[in-house]
Amino acid sequence: MTNSFGEFSKAKMFLVIGSNMTEAHPVAATFLKNAVMDGAKLIVVDPRAHALTRFADLHVPIRVGSDIAFMNGVMNVLIKEDLYDKEFVETRTVNFGELKQTVLACEPEAMAKICGIEPGVIVETARMLAAVKPVMLCYTLGITEHTCGRNNVVSTANLQMLLGNMGMECGGVNPLRGQNNVQGACDMGALPNVYPGYQQVLNEESRLKFGNFWDVGDLPDKNGLMIPQMMDGLVDKSVRGFYIFGENLANTEPDIRKVEHELASAEFLVVQDIFLNETTRFADVVLPAAAWSENDGTFTNSERRVSRVRTASVPPGKAMPNWWIFREIAKRMGQTWNSVSAQEIWDNEISVLAPALGGIKYHRIEGDGLQWPCPTVEHPGTPVLHQNAFASGKGSFTPVTWTPPAEVPDDEYPFVLSTGRRLYHYHTRTQTGRCEGLNDLLGEETADISLDDARRLGVDDGERVVVRSRRGKVEVKARVTEEVPQGMVWMAFHFREGNSNWLTNPAFDPITLTAEYKACAVSLEKA
Amino acid sequence: MTDNFMVINNREVSFDPGQTILEVAGVNNIEIPTLCHLKGTTPTGACRICVVEVEGANNLIPSCSEPARAGMVVQTESTEVIKARRSIIRLMLSSGNHNCDIKDFDSKDWTQDQLRLLEGETSQELCPAWGDCRLQDLAFKYQVKAVGLPLSECEFPMETGNPLIVRDFSRCILCGRCVQACREVQVNNAIDFGYRGAGAKIVAGTDVSLKDSDCVFCGECIQACPVGALFEKKARYTARPWETQKIRTTCPYCGVGCQQILHVKDGTIMKVTGAGDGKPNLGRLCVKGRFGYDFIYSKERLKTPLIREGDTFRSASWDEALNLVVQRFSEIIDTHGSDALAGVSCARSINEDSYQMQKLFRAVFKTNNIDHCART
Repeated sequence: MTNSFGEFSKAKMFLVIGSNMTEAHPVAATFLKNAVMDGAKLIVVDPRAHALTRFADLHVPIRVGSDIAFMNGVMNVLIKEDLYDKEFVETRTVNFGELKQTVLACEPEAMAKICGIEPGVIVETARMLAAVKPVMLCYTLGITEHTCGRNNVVSTANLQMLLGNMGMECGGVNPLRGQNNVQGACDMGALPNVYPGYQQVLNEESRLKFGNFWDVGDLPDKNGLMIPQMMDGLVDKSVRGFYIFGENLANTEPDIRKVEHELASAEFLVVQDIFLNETTRFADVVLPAAAWSENDGTFTNSERRVSRVRTASVPPGKAMPNWWIFREIAKRMGQTWNSVSAQEIWDNEISVLAPALGGIKYHRIEGDGLQWPCPTVEHPGTPVLHQNAFASGKGSFTPVTWTPPAEVPDDEYPFVLSTGRRLYHYHTRTQTGRCEGLNDLLGEETADISLDDARRLGVDDGERVVVRSRRGKVEVKARVTEEVPQGMVWMAFHFREGNSNWLTNPAFDPITLTAEYKACAVSLEKA
Repeated sequence: MTDNFMVINNREVSFDPGQTILEVAGVNNIEIPTLCHLKGTTPTGACRICVVEVEGANNLIPSCSEPARAGMVVQTESTEVIKARRSIIRLMLSSGNHNCDIKDFDSKDWTQDQLRLLEGETSQELCPAWGDCRLQDLAFKYQVKAVGLPLSECEFPMETGNPLIVRDFSRCILCGRCVQACREVQVNNAIDFGYRGAGAKIVAGTDVSLKDSDCVFCGECIQACPVGALFEKKARYTARPWETQKIRTTCPYCGVGCQQILHVKDGTIMKVTGAGDGKPNLGRLCVKGRFGYDFIYSKERLKTPLIREGDTFRSASWDEALNLVVQRFSEIIDTHGSDALAGVSCARSINEDSYQMQKLFRAVFKTNNIDHCART
C-alpha cells in the first residue's frame, strides 16, 4: 500500500476494485464503512455484489477480467472531458502522451461492451472520480490473479496518477495483501531476483555487499526461478531437491492434478510445517516447526508496518522455530551463523542490510510497529509513500490494453469460474479448520451461482451440482445467491473436497507468473 | 473568563469546541464513570451513570452527550450526583441476574446466600464476568448494597446455539454498547434494540439467533459488553482476568496486521481481544482474529521430525533428519549443480524465518531459486 489503514476513516472517496474486503480483510473494511457512514463516497467495481456493495454509491458489475477495459474507458473520459489533474500530470509524471494515445482509442462504448455494462456507467464513474479529491484506490487479488495481472496493476497506477491522487494522505494505490506476512516475505528477499530490501541479485555491488556481510564470497549472479518454473523443473528434472516451508502447494496451486504430478516428480522433497497436510504426502522428510505465538518475531502488514509477534506458548514435542532449523542446516554445511534469536536476526542482520528497514529495531516496536521506509533510528516511519516525489523521480505512465482471460466460456464450458476466500476460513484450513467453532460456521465448499442460472438449471439452494473444467470436476452444494451474476460460478479453496483448484487454469501472467485463479471456463449441471 | 474555558470541580480547564463534558474531564484526568459510553461512537445517554451537576441546570446532565460551553461550572462528584448514581446502580443490579456478592453485600453467610440466589434464577451459573465487570466496579466504588431488592426474572433464555458467542440476557443492562460496537464500530448492523419497556431486549435481526442473523461473529460486542451478558464461549469460566498474562502480538491471518492481546494462563491462550488503541486496528478484530487461535493446541500438531519409509513416515531425531536433508541436498548440488535445488518460503511465518531461508539458499546452497506465494 502507498498509504495506510489509519487514513481509511478520514478518506473522502474510495474506488474499490477486485476486493471483497468485508470477507478477506474484515477489519480494514470496518474503517472504510466508518468513512462511508460519515459521508465518504464509495465506488465498488466487481463482478460480484459482495457485502461492500451494500454501502456503495455506485457498484459497477464488470465482467471477470475486463478491468483494463474499464479503467481505460474511465481514463478516456477523464482526458476527453478535461477532468484529469493537469498540474500533477505535468509536474510529477512522464509519458502522458503515450497514455493519451492509448486511452483515447478506448471509447466508453467499445469498453462498455467488453465490460458488459452500459457506456454511461463508465462516464459516470469518471465524473464521480474527478469530482472528489483525493480518492483512495484499493484493490486485492481480483486485480492480480489474471494473466493480465501486472497490466491490471499498472492500470490502477495510471488512473491514480491521472487523477493526481498519488503521494497524498487518503489517496494512493493500495493493494490489501492477502496474507499476514506476504509483504514481509517479499521485503526479506524470499524472491528469486532480490536480496532483503529489494536489492537486485543482478547488481554486482549488491552481490558483493551480501557476500561480504555473510562472509561467503561469491553469490550466484543470475535470477532464480519463480514457483511455477520450479514446479515445471521438478518434472523436467532441472530441479531435483525441493524445500517447501509452510505452504500447502497441493491445494493452493491451480490444477491440483498437475501440481500433484509435479510434487510426485521431486527427487527429494523436504516439507517444513506445523501439520501434516496434502503436500506432506509427497515429502521425503517432514520437519516440525513452531507456530504463531510459539516464538518471537515480526510480521509486516499491507501498509508496510513491522509489528512484533510474541511468544505465548511452547511448541509441542520437538518442534523448533523455523529460523533455528535453517541455521542448523547451514551449520551442518559448514557455516555457523552468529544470530541465535529472532531479535538478533532482525537487529543485527536484516535492519543492517536493508536500508529501508535501517531504523527499525526491536526496542522501537515494543508498542505500535513502524512503517518502512524508516532509514534511521530517529526516523518516524512513512505512512504515505511518494509524498513529494516518486521514489524513482517522476511517475511514469505505462499504457496497457485489455487482453481477455486465457480461457473464456464456450459452448462446452459456458460458465466463468472465479475464486477467492470466504470469511470463516483461511486458505486450506490447516489453521482455521482446527479452531473450535469455525467449521460449524462454514463446514463445506459450495458453488455460488445466480438465481437466474439456478432457475434455468432447476437447481435449488443446497442441492448438489457438478462443476467441470478441462482439468477436473468437483461435486458440491449449490449456494444460490444474489451476489453472483448470471453466467458465473464462484468458489473458494478452503476444503480439499470441492477445492476450486481441481478446476482452475494454470495460465500465468507472463511477467509475474501469477496464476489466473479469477477466470476459467466451467460447465455446471445438477448432480 | 475567555471563550473556551469552563470549571470542573472548582478547576478552570480549557476545551476544544465540540468536546463533551466527559471528554474535557478525561483530558484533565478527572474521572467520570461511564457504562453505556463507547469511545468513538455517538453518545446515547442511555445509562445516565455519567450524570454531573451543571450550575444553573434544573436536572443532572449526562456528561457523555452534553457539549462543553464557555463558563460552564460542573461538579462531577457532588452529593446529588452520587445519590443519582447509587440509585441507577441499585436499579441495574435489581434488574437482572447479577449474582455476584455485590448483590448482597452484607450477607453473613455467603454459602446460604449464594444458594438462595441461585433459586429461581435464569442462569444457574455464577456470573462469568465476576471481577471483570464495570457494574460491579461501580457498585463497589459507590458502596451500593442491593440487599432486599426483589430479583427480576428474565424471560429470555440464554443463547448458546452458536459455537462462539454466548448471550445471557439475564445479565444484560441494556446499555447498548454492543449495538454501538456492531453498528457504529464494525458496521455489521446485525443487532439492535428490540421491543419496549420492561420487555426491551437486544435483538439480532428480527429477534432470531445470531447464527440466523447478519452476524459475522467478529465479537466486537463481547469486547464492548461491560457486564457478563456477552461472552466468548470458548473462554467462559476458563480463567479469571487477574490470572492471565496479557501479551500483545500480531494476528496470523490476513494482511491487515491487527494487534491482539493474548490472554494467557499457564502457557495457554485462553482468549484474544483487540489491543486498545494499537495501530492499525484500534482494538477491532474479525472472527478469525478473535476466535482462530486454538489451532496451535491441536493434537495433530507435528511433534517430531519424520522420515519417509515406503508409504508412511517414521519418527526421527533432529540430527538424523537434518543430516539426511544435508546429505541429499549436497549430493544434488555435487551432481547437478546448485540450481537443481529450489525452495518456497512461507508468507505466514515471521520475517526472520524468511530471511534465514533465503540466506540458506543464497549463502549456503548458492542458488537464487527461492520464492514464496508473493503474487497470490
